[in-house]
Amino acid sequence: MSLMTLRDLTVLRGECPVVDHVSLRVERGECIGLIGPNGAGKTTLLRAALGLLPASGDSTLAAQPAPERARTAAWMPQAREIAWPVTVERLIALGRIPHLPRGARLRPQDRAATDAAIARMGLESYRSRIATHLSGGEQGRVLIARALAQETPLLIADEPIAGLDPAHQIATMQVFEDLAHEGCSVIVSLHDLGLAARHCTRLLMMERGRLVADGPPSEVLTPENVDRVFGISAFYETTAQGPVFQPMAVTR
Amino acid sequence: MRGCVRLSRIISLLAALVLTGAATGGPVGAAAGTAPKRVVSINLCTDQLALLLAAPGQIVSLSHLSHDPDSSSMAEAAQAYPTNGSGAEEVYLLSPDLVLAGTFTASATVRMLRDLGIRVELFAPARSLEDIPERMAQMGAALGRAPEAEAQIARFHADLARLSAPPARRPRAALYYVNGYTTGDRTLAGDILRAAGFDNVATEAGLEQGGTLALEQLILLAPEVIVSGRDYPGQARAEEVLTHPALHALTGTRIAGTLTDRDWICGTPLVLSAVQKMRDLRLSLEVKK
Amino acid sequence: MRLALGLIALVALLFVLSLISGQAPVGASQSLRALITDDGTPLSVVMREIRLPRALLAAMIGAVLGLSGAAMQGYLRNPLAEPGLIGVSGASALGAVLAIQTGLSLMIPLALPLAALGMAVLAVLLILALAGPRGTSITLILAGIAISALAGALTSLALNLSPNPFAAADIVFWMMGSLADRSFTHVWLAAPFMAVGAALLLSLGRGLDALTLGEDAAQALGVNLSGLRLRLILGTAACVGAATAVAGAIGFVGLVVPHLLRPAVGARPSSLLWASALGGAAMVLAADIAVRELLPARDLKLGVLMALVGAPLFLHLIYKTRKEMA
Repeated sequence: MSLMTLRDLTVLRGECPVVDHVSLRVERGECIGLIGPNGAGKTTLLRAALGLLPASGDSTLAAQPAPERARTAAWMPQAREIAWPVTVERLIALGRIPHLPRGARLRPQDRAATDAAIARMGLESYRSRIATHLSGGEQGRVLIARALAQETPLLIADEPIAGLDPAHQIATMQVFEDLAHEGCSVIVSLHDLGLAARHCTRLLMMERGRLVADGPPSEVLTPENVDRVFGISAFYETTAQGPVFQPMAVTR
Repeated sequence: MRGCVRLSRIISLLAALVLTGAATGGPVGAAAGTAPKRVVSINLCTDQLALLLAAPGQIVSLSHLSHDPDSSSMAEAAQAYPTNGSGAEEVYLLSPDLVLAGTFTASATVRMLRDLGIRVELFAPARSLEDIPERMAQMGAALGRAPEAEAQIARFHADLARLSAPPARRPRAALYYVNGYTTGDRTLAGDILRAAGFDNVATEAGLEQGGTLALEQLILLAPEVIVSGRDYPGQARAEEVLTHPALHALTGTRIAGTLTDRDWICGTPLVLSAVQKMRDLRLSLEVKK
Repeated sequence: MRLALGLIALVALLFVLSLISGQAPVGASQSLRALITDDGTPLSVVMREIRLPRALLAAMIGAVLGLSGAAMQGYLRNPLAEPGLIGVSGASALGAVLAIQTGLSLMIPLALPLAALGMAVLAVLLILALAGPRGTSITLILAGIAISALAGALTSLALNLSPNPFAAADIVFWMMGSLADRSFTHVWLAAPFMAVGAALLLSLGRGLDALTLGEDAAQALGVNLSGLRLRLILGTAACVGAATAVAGAIGFVGLVVPHLLRPAVGARPSSLLWASALGGAAMVLAADIAVRELLPARDLKLGVLMALVGAPLFLHLIYKTRKEMA
């Protein structure tokens, strides 16, 4: 059973389509990278798929009632909003909201899920720190943990690794890869094509609202595609240490 | 810059005008031997004193309030006269030879009229029943109607003596107005209450003149009668204290309602009707007992 | 838990203190005895008809104002949001004054809280429209100033046009608020609206918690934002409208109380709701005791005292938000 199916999903801004007839299916066990230049419509596609934006076409996620959807897909927006000075642990536990019965407090299984998310993101030492006092990158990791605590089969994250240091970027992508191995799926938008090539099982390439390529990294990151969509040339080879993708020069 | 010049010129012109007015006006104001022929009153209480004592044709104009039946005890009689807005400009154009004003009348108006050479007679508000004959005598002298004043004063004394014969028992009463204000013995209203045979609880609360008496203090004083202020048109939150349920929860207290009306405001012989009403109230209390 | 018990104890203590403070010089035990057993004495009347409704109203009004402040702050994610500052109280006062001056409240007593509620709804809608979904401090404060100024001017106009000579003096009451000489009539008039409003606002807890992460994340967590907004508008309007209709506009409660209690509840918007309700009750009870004890002879307005405490804190918060923005 697929986790999410989009059929001809279209979002218009005025007359102009920002997402243009996008169709795709997400199965279990996929780590999907959503790539494309600025303004290609990546964020809009993800939000529309979740039903956070009015859109035409079909999205199985958007069609679900809100509480059910919240148990199917977790969403980590690009803007790292933490409105109040709550502790890291408390913030991460907010991911449990869709699972809590009405009026209930955190149950043991909720605490376990929170602890697991904290452990996965390596945030044990941050547990009782005030989230708003952390650096931008640290806040980013806390918010990823928050989405993980939601324990949904599908995790959708909008540029979750932007602003993270290299070690944490790699570690975070590794977490997503692990989730896919465990049978969940992750859709992650990102600009680091090297990390995308190494960690994702599948890439979606967007250009001006349209999905122009969909498949394994080796099929999507072709020199023609990279030149046409991003306007760059790149070094891309499978080495002994796995695939290496390195943008080299601007072609336009 | 030009504005400044112009302004200073206007000020100097005005000063000149006022000074010449004062110079020519002084002697006229002092010459008050004969009865004035054009009398203008700009105060509610002097309106009524003048109506009581003036000769026909002597009054030119009364204050606006004189026509208001809620405020003036002589509103009907006042209808025969035009009213004025009590402003110096308007009054001056009536070319009066005597202006009657209260001591609380806007002092700028009074000073301006005097500077313009008009005789202004000031009347202090009455603070007790005893003040009333004095005010009447003052008005009689000002209007050149001293004999009429004498006669009315004599009648006032006789009526008051009849109404205020000492009662067998003096019930305790409170005068209670908007915003929890009460009046004590040393006021005209307090004196009316006293003359009608009541003891004022404000005195027990240490309020000789009057002042704010919190609702709970009033209730603890538990007067036999609570007389509240007059009911004004429209509504005000300030009046809600007069309808507070606690007043009605007080057993043994009679809420006499709004008795303090236009007859309580001015020191004229018409206050006797207020004394009469309060006396009737007291007698009705005794009957009930 | 300990915080809740402490606040409840504080409210209870202040409630009793409020019952035994007043202009009439009567001993505490004597007055409490007169409260419990109606012995038909004037003291019983004072305790049961004057001081009890006053203390009840102080607690109720404080609770709903604190609650409204916490809820609005949670929704707008802005610690400066407060019904008094953003003009909701002022608009409610206008509604109440209109109901009174048109004579409507004489014919239908419920018209008073309903009119206040109606104007409060208008004000909240206007604030949300002007400040946008995530009210930035500047738009919020500017919108509040505009609405407060307009409501204040119209209130003054309505009172100045009144044929009643005392109506104009009422302006101070409506702008500053007071609990002097309130009765059980007012308690019963306000209580149902406050109960409904408080229930609506207390139901927002989980949604406000989720909003800590922003609107998108909250929606993705299953929170129905438009439903949340509707409950917030109606709840705030019912609470503030009812409170203002009987006691005038009492400002700063919803600003000061959540600010003081936020650290104590770990900044969780849901816990802040009930904590601010209890804290607000304690604060207004304390303020109402203070106005009677400080200047017993003058009907010192509650709002004056609240502003003396609240305005410096408000300035401090503005300074802090400015620093955070820079």
